[in-house]
Amino acid sequence: MRSALLAACIGAVLATGPAAADTGETMPKRGGTLTYMIPADAPPSLDGHREGTFAMLHALAPFYSVLMRVNPENPSDTTQFVCDLCTAIPKPTDDGKTYTFKIRTGVKFHDGSPLTAADVAASWHKIIFPPPGVLSARQDWWSVVDSVEAPDTTTVVFRLKFATTTFLPSLADPFAFIYSKAILDKDVRWYEQHVMGSGPFKFVALDIGQSMKGERNPDYYHKGKPYLDGFIGIFADKQVVRVEAIHSGRAAMEFRGLPPSAINDLQRELGDKVKVQTHDWNCGNVVTPNQRRKPFDDVRVRRALLLAVDQWNGAPALSKIANVRTVGGIVFPGSPLAATKEELQKLAGFWPDIEKSRAEARRLLKEAGQENLQLELLNRNVDQPYKYVGTWLVDQWSKIGVRATQRVQPTGPWLQAMRTGDFDVVVEANCNSVVNPVLDTHKYLPRVRSPVNYGGYNDPELIEIYEKMLSEGDFDRQRALMRQYEARIIDTMADEFPMLWWYRMIPERSFVHGWKIGPSHFINQDLSNIWLDEGQNG
Amino acid sequence: MSTTLDGRIALPADEAIVLHRSYWQATLHFCRREPLGAVGAVLVLIIAITGLSAELIAPYSPTANDFAAMTEAPSWTHWLGTDQFGRDLLSRIIYGARTALIVGLTSAIVGGFAGLVLGVASAYFGGRLDLVFQRIFDVVMAFPLIIMALAVVAIFGTGVHNVIVAITIPLIPRCARVVRSSALAIREIPYVDAARACGYSHSRIILRHMVPNVMAPFLIMLTAFVGQAILAEASLSYLGLGVQEPTPAWGLMLQGGAEEYASTAPWIAIFPGLAIALTVFGVSLFGDALRDVLDPKLRER
Amino acid sequence: MYQYIAKRVLLVFPTLIGAAALVFILMRLIPGDICLVRLGSGGGSFDPHAIDLCHAEIGLDRPLIVQFLSFVWGFFSFDFGVSMWSGKPVSLEILTRLPISLEIALLATVIAILIAVPLGTISALKQNTWIDVVVRTLAIGGIATPSFWLGIISIMFVLDITNAISGTPWMPPIDYVPIWRDPIRNLSMAFLPAITVGYRYAAVSMRMTRSAMLEVLREDYIRTARAKGLIEKIVINRHALKNALLPVVTVIGIEFAFLIGGLVVTEQVFNLNGIGRLFVQAVQNQDYTLTQALVMLTVAIFVFSNLIVDLMYAWLDPRIRFA
Repeated sequence: MRSALLAACIGAVLATGPAAADTGETMPKRGGTLTYMIPADAPPSLDGHREGTFAMLHALAPFYSVLMRVNPENPSDTTQFVCDLCTAIPKPTDDGKTYTFKIRTGVKFHDGSPLTAADVAASWHKIIFPPPGVLSARQDWWSVVDSVEAPDTTTVVFRLKFATTTFLPSLADPFAFIYSKAILDKDVRWYEQHVMGSGPFKFVALDIGQSMKGERNPDYYHKGKPYLDGFIGIFADKQVVRVEAIHSGRAAMEFRGLPPSAINDLQRELGDKVKVQTHDWNCGNVVTPNQRRKPFDDVRVRRALLLAVDQWNGAPALSKIANVRTVGGIVFPGSPLAATKEELQKLAGFWPDIEKSRAEARRLLKEAGQENLQLELLNRNVDQPYKYVGTWLVDQWSKIGVRATQRVQPTGPWLQAMRTGDFDVVVEANCNSVVNPVLDTHKYLPRVRSPVNYGGYNDPELIEIYEKMLSEGDFDRQRALMRQYEARIIDTMADEFPMLWWYRMIPERSFVHGWKIGPSHFINQDLSNIWLDEGQNG
Repeated sequence: MSTTLDGRIALPADEAIVLHRSYWQATLHFCRREPLGAVGAVLVLIIAITGLSAELIAPYSPTANDFAAMTEAPSWTHWLGTDQFGRDLLSRIIYGARTALIVGLTSAIVGGFAGLVLGVASAYFGGRLDLVFQRIFDVVMAFPLIIMALAVVAIFGTGVHNVIVAITIPLIPRCARVVRSSALAIREIPYVDAARACGYSHSRIILRHMVPNVMAPFLIMLTAFVGQAILAEASLSYLGLGVQEPTPAWGLMLQGGAEEYASTAPWIAIFPGLAIALTVFGVSLFGDALRDVLDPKLRER
Repeated sequence: MYQYIAKRVLLVFPTLIGAAALVFILMRLIPGDICLVRLGSGGGSFDPHAIDLCHAEIGLDRPLIVQFLSFVWGFFSFDFGVSMWSGKPVSLEILTRLPISLEIALLATVIAILIAVPLGTISALKQNTWIDVVVRTLAIGGIATPSFWLGIISIMFVLDITNAISGTPWMPPIDYVPIWRDPIRNLSMAFLPAITVGYRYAAVSMRMTRSAMLEVLREDYIRTARAKGLIEKIVINRHALKNALLPVVTVIGIEFAFLIGGLVVTEQVFNLNGIGRLFVQAVQNQDYTLTQALVMLTVAIFVFSNLIVDLMYAWLDPRIRFA
């Protein structure tokens, strides 16, 4: 495994032969078409820079190259990044404020035109500094960037306003497709309706609302890849349909993650004809009380709600029916910046003794004069795992005498209710792609700093801790600051409660090889490392 | 009922007799004349009693999670099995009867009465009012019921109350339409004008003369509405836009878990669906029979 | 006659404009909007500035009255604009999905007629016998069974049966192929949904046939025909059925318009890429232009099929046209 990993890195850097990138079990076979399910309706536009849905990546990532990415041969390592179009991951210069990338030569777009540093810079320029009227969904991630330039055809330079460890991982954003500068210059919105990249697969057809088809790019610069002749991704937001499709052989796999019931079904029915890969997921539910509403402005009430929930016993039970599994704090549990179990158990809501915890919750409610608290839990109309977590929470709160009802809303009204503060307590989620803990926990900052925070609190002290953490270069000190930040959010203020991290379970028919699971359904989707064993078409 | 062909011709006289008999005799007569209707009535009655006395007969709490007994097959401890939260399906179905009846009856009665008032008023006053009402009815009726309800729920949010509103609104014009056309016929009969000439007030004429005469089609519509409303609630809940967890409701029980577990725990999908079908079946049987008894000429449109 | 037709046709316009206003207002009363759904549904963070940009991009920052007028004007000039979600023309979005929906609707209609007309007729002829009871029970069963539930159960059933017989489960295809390209694949996708929808449809039509038949059988000319000693079969086929069919056809026509609405739930169950599922997606994404166009399409089908029915009645029954 180790050596394969090393080989992969070298492969990416030096572009050696095809064998280098394989896992070593058997030689990958070429050929065949992979049919897989995309668990969503078709993406809105085809331009990755402006979209945020995973359906976009599952359908379009195979057509595009990116500057750098999470290592496709070892995506579960949250700190390992490799080059796609660059030749080496640069060390920053200028006190950590300048990053200079060398770009691979000989790369061609699907229309035959050469890809140069100018195309890379133009694409990143569009992402970071979109022209007026052009949408860039994650623009604020790169607010630290001062300029992006291509001084010559093989060099791209990013200059930052200040040094931060969050910058490099953010460049591995899987949505940051590299487009052709010539096309962008002609029509900056051309990519919303068209596909033309330099990735492992060439665009064949998009059957509106139904499927995406691609074929091998013979000129792909990672030699020997992709292994597949082509792929068909079928859109189906209904889980049963996807499970039955894999069951009956109409599709070989899906990439987002299925709940345990579905996985069990497939394993029981298909036996060794199906493999399952699992991984902790860089997504978790978060429960947020609305502090602009009484009595949730009272920290005692918020703490009581947090203390009532038995996460340690709930997680194993819920993990049998929902795609949640790991108890954790605000940081993705697989990251070195995450709290250990001992650290976690010191925080309210994570105490090992639930009876003591609930007794304290009842005491706090009594003290706050809220023994007969009734609340409405706002939730999103998504089964897995939002509604499962919601139904479980209602039951948990009933154990300290809190009567909760659920108001489930479709995505739009759910978001709107959060934004306008029209809720008591809400089940939301913090879901991120590349694991980048400091950026990922930006969400917990008060609204003045984080537009997607709906708790209605302001806390200058919290902001101060975060600022320090953001520009801290030393890992141990950054980790200590993270604990401080976490303790303030959960234990001291009970502003928001992380409520179980999700668990990715991916079924694949056993003739599918080469793909490796990672902590996010946004990453490692270009399909270039997948190969089929039986030449079976879905 | 002499022969199959002209059995209905004897009806007017039949009806007159029905009216003069005691309730008991009338019921008996109804059962003999409409055995299917009687079956329906009994079904509805059983379900109503079940729903009303849910606390007494349900063996478990309908909402309590039991992680030790998840997706268990029907057994002596759980007659209809349990769902993925370990909740007893029988108890949830029993409590679900209450939700179904509340939604069904409230929507039908509120929608029916609003339709009755609007329909009769529209026919009685005629003229511009009638014209305006007619256009409004047209507009609302042009929306398929489920589509209208989807929009209303999206606006006001989910939950029992909003589901009732969402189902009631599209029912109103459907009732008003039918009531209006029956009322129009009565409006033309000279005694209404005579009553007006005698100086009776509008409300008195409407209540004493018009309303009783449109009662037959109205009652028939009302029973049909109960069934439609229960089905609409089930569809909305199935789409995730109706009644919400953990409230026990049949349509909701078919959403999410039911399909997910269809092959391992089919009872989760089968029983709530049967409950819906049986209830609507009962209501419809009864409604059909009622129609045959009250107004043999009325066509279903 | 012409006056009646003119009057009846003119009445279509206020209904259409009223429906347009209603759907326009309803959509905008739903909290949130498409930009929020688009940027926020992934659960990650997004830039609030992006929301304003998104609004400007799709014209949501224009005054409501301007938006409304351009929508109504677009409707009457057959230009439905572009979908706010995909940026593709609404007409393209709908036309891509129409074939599968229409196919299922047509198949369901055929199934419905094949079941409803003979059974309804027999039921009427044998009124109050056990045949009548069975047919009516079947019919009411069809009305009482939620079609999405029937869908769930039938998929389950098919998978289990094929698994038991051949050892490998079989499910209908999940991607649509036009019937002229691969009829077997096409039909194997359409038959299950068509049956589940068709059963309900058949139930409604069956009841209509029965009561229309009963009505006609009591008419004088049937009695006359019978009295003349005509053979029962001829009486039924030549006279009764022919006359009873008009209301049946009416019901089938009107139900067809409603079928499109009924497909909303069924297409969810079978993951069909039809206009019912498109509608649910459009509402969930809060795609105003697409939802408006779809609702107006359904409303227009409903209004025009009513218009045709009314005109047909007027043509057949002179009393109406002079009333």
